[in-house]
Amino acid sequence: MVSTTVSEVGLDAAAPHAHATHDTNTGISNTKLAMWLFLGSECLLFGGLITTYLIYKEPLAGQGPALADIVDIPFTSTSSFVLLMSSLTMVLAVSAIERGDHHRMRTWTAATAILGATFVAGQVYEFTAFYREGLGFTTSRFSSAFYTLTGFHGVHVTVGLIMLMSLFVLSLRGRLPEHKAETVEVVGLYWHFVDVVWILIFAVVYLIP
Amino acid sequence: MTTLETGPLALEAGEEEAPSNSLGVLGRPKGGYSWRAWFTTVDHKKIGIMYGGTAIFFFIIGGLEALLIRAQLWAPRGTLLTADQYNQVFTMHGTTMIFLVVMPIGAAFANYLMPLQIGARDVAFPRINAFSYWCFLFGGLFLNTSWFLGGGADGGWFNYAPNNGVVFSPSNGIDFWNIGLLIAGIASLTGAVNLIVTVLNLRAPGMTLMKMPIFTWMTLVTQFLLLFAIPVLTSAQFLLLFDRQFDGNFFNVAKGGEPLLWEHLFWIFGHPEVYLMILPAFGLVSDMLPVFCRKPIFGYPFIVFSGIAIGFMGWGVWAHHMFVSGIGPISVTVFALTTMFIAVPTGVKILNWTATMVGGRIRLATPMLFCIGLVTMFTIGGLSGVTHAVAPADTQQTDTYYIVAHFHYVLFGGAFFGFMGGFYFYWPKVFGYLLNETLGKTNFWLMFVGFNLTFGPMHVLGLNGMSRRTYTYDPGYGFELWNKIATIGAFLLAASIALFIFNIFYSKVKAKHLPAPGPDPWDARTIEWMIPSPVPEYNFDPVPTITTLDEFWYRKYGETEDGRLVQIATAEEVAQSAEGEHDVHLPSPSYWPIVTAFGLPIIGYGLLYTWWLSLVGGIITAAGIYGWAFEPPDDPEGAHGHEDHDDHHPDDDGDHTDATDDATPELAEAEGDKEVETVG
Repeated sequence: MVSTTVSEVGLDAAAPHAHATHDTNTGISNTKLAMWLFLGSECLLFGGLITTYLIYKEPLAGQGPALADIVDIPFTSTSSFVLLMSSLTMVLAVSAIERGDHHRMRTWTAATAILGATFVAGQVYEFTAFYREGLGFTTSRFSSAFYTLTGFHGVHVTVGLIMLMSLFVLSLRGRLPEHKAETVEVVGLYWHFVDVVWILIFAVVYLIP
Repeated sequence: MTTLETGPLALEAGEEEAPSNSLGVLGRPKGGYSWRAWFTTVDHKKIGIMYGGTAIFFFIIGGLEALLIRAQLWAPRGTLLTADQYNQVFTMHGTTMIFLVVMPIGAAFANYLMPLQIGARDVAFPRINAFSYWCFLFGGLFLNTSWFLGGGADGGWFNYAPNNGVVFSPSNGIDFWNIGLLIAGIASLTGAVNLIVTVLNLRAPGMTLMKMPIFTWMTLVTQFLLLFAIPVLTSAQFLLLFDRQFDGNFFNVAKGGEPLLWEHLFWIFGHPEVYLMILPAFGLVSDMLPVFCRKPIFGYPFIVFSGIAIGFMGWGVWAHHMFVSGIGPISVTVFALTTMFIAVPTGVKILNWTATMVGGRIRLATPMLFCIGLVTMFTIGGLSGVTHAVAPADTQQTDTYYIVAHFHYVLFGGAFFGFMGGFYFYWPKVFGYLLNETLGKTNFWLMFVGFNLTFGPMHVLGLNGMSRRTYTYDPGYGFELWNKIATIGAFLLAASIALFIFNIFYSKVKAKHLPAPGPDPWDARTIEWMIPSPVPEYNFDPVPTITTLDEFWYRKYGETEDGRLVQIATAEEVAQSAEGEHDVHLPSPSYWPIVTAFGLPIIGYGLLYTWWLSLVGGIITAAGIYGWAFEPPDDPEGAHGHEDHDDHHPDDDGDHTDATDDATPELAEAEGDKEVETVG
């Protein structure tokens, strides 16, 4: 019954490890496919929250400030730009590990994490400023919807930061060889998704009057 | 490390990795056969059995709640339950039956059967699979602990706003409902990702999408529905959570909150939900009917594509639950039309099943009885469903027992009859013994009669104006007789379930004196019947190469030139043997899934009672995730563990039998007996 088949071993050994060919029916590895599916599901989660925000974007009269009264568009635009740039550094990190350049991979991963952390810090600053202006979570329907939508996104960025830092530590310890480059790529997928969602949220919340 | 690109395969597995999982206090679980093994297992079959067993446990709880409802309504002015208790009982009955019974039984079959039907060794992510199960169990237990902590949720299974707010429902019941279902939602979401990847990526060689058994197809559609429906409910539940815990204003009318938003979000989830509850049963029936008619399924592509069509159209009908909520004539018209249209793919399936039976050599075994039960009962439920598309009529029927009758005909008469058939059909495959046929047939008829006595009269009650969710009724409206019949029926149903459970133990005892059922007791068609019963841990060895739909059948039977069916091999000749050495490397058990899931209900209790408890739960879950991430999916001390858990077969390590090579001679052998021409 048991037979070691040379053909299969040979086939796998011939495959380039950097682009680990996964012997799946679709040709897409399980992990990557799973991440794509998960992100598809996330679209609906943010869809629900964005819809809610659109319905509640104006507070009832006399119930605290509206966004236009307190927003600092140049500040948020800058932090949005910082977040979008982190997608570029993420791409560079993926490209670096695929080339086997672990040093650059760590550099770009760290850069991505720093840019992402800057964005989160900006959000914390913005929330604090809004709170001082009199916009608490319970102030109005707008405040609840605003903090929930942007807060959910902030939590997603934070989870991404944790994943990036884990990658960094793994790589430092030498536990992230090239044949696992896909791990970085999958984290990158998540990171790009979080960025894309922010483009949508930024447009819906800050740009559309 | 940089030389890996040219390195041989053997190096890849062990290279550069710490020798054990190293992080944390929990080592690799050892010892595969004790009761402890169930807590750490990642085997899709064990997880499937646990899903089923837990669902039956919750079914008994939900059933007792149903009996309380029926006992309360036995006579006018019933005094068994107060109005408040009644609210809790029907809410928890609906929630339990939907989220903790029908959905998990679907998950049980999907977990156990789907990998077998596609010839996989396990699901794509065995540990995530275990995590899904534990989330479901802990979510369900969390929900039911509300009974001991101030009472259950009391707003109906959909908990409409603003009734679900603290003002109108001050007990913690709705919080338990909310957080419990959030945890169960994690189970559904991770399960959906896992099972979709499994179907798309782990099929046996030769098994194209259009050669998949229909149950596998319906599982795929179901999991896609879950994937996209669950997050909508999750977003709504977070809004509710923030409203109730942190005084948010999402459904606070005083601050301009819109209660209708909850209704929309809930039903955008809720309508795909009803299809994802029924489709697994449709899949089971589509696989069972051909076995008992000895005919291929009529119009396989139609069944498949109508299932996919239901999956798409199910998203466009949600507002038919809201015809009386004032959504305006245009919306009502649109949703009335889409609701009528969605009857078409469902009708296609019923036509196909009927046509499969026409001209077949029908064997009325217990599973077949349940299949016919599904086809007939679901048709009744489907027809009353179409009447809801007629908005003026629906306006009259909303919130009456007519609706209750309708959805029990589709969910109990549809989904649950299919599952019962599935239990009887797959019992020998899973547990190695057949359930007693006499008891089984009695079980069916008792259930069939009890079911119709319970829910048939509700049509009349509803049309006569008896409203749902009201704890009692006055004498003199003509409700007495029908309510008495329904209550008698409910107790007959309970008896039929008791008989089923008795049958499980009775048949197990009797089976000791009977010959083993063998791999193929029903003369079945799909490849899960090609392997020994009960299924060995490694499923297939070797993995078969698929050439046609109903592969197993066509390895047993060929057709003569004038179209007569001729046996070319017996099941025993074609089936795989459990004898001999099977050196198949399987994914190793792990503590981390249960640890990670265990933190979640603790976070939930923390949200309700004290903050530090949330912190404890959060730390447990975070520790679980990290322990998990650093634990290789395969035991590094095993002979040849792969580090990636994303291989084609999680256990496929290039050192055991190669599927393609071994299956080919076997195929040739099956085709070798060329007295007749084989089909396919």
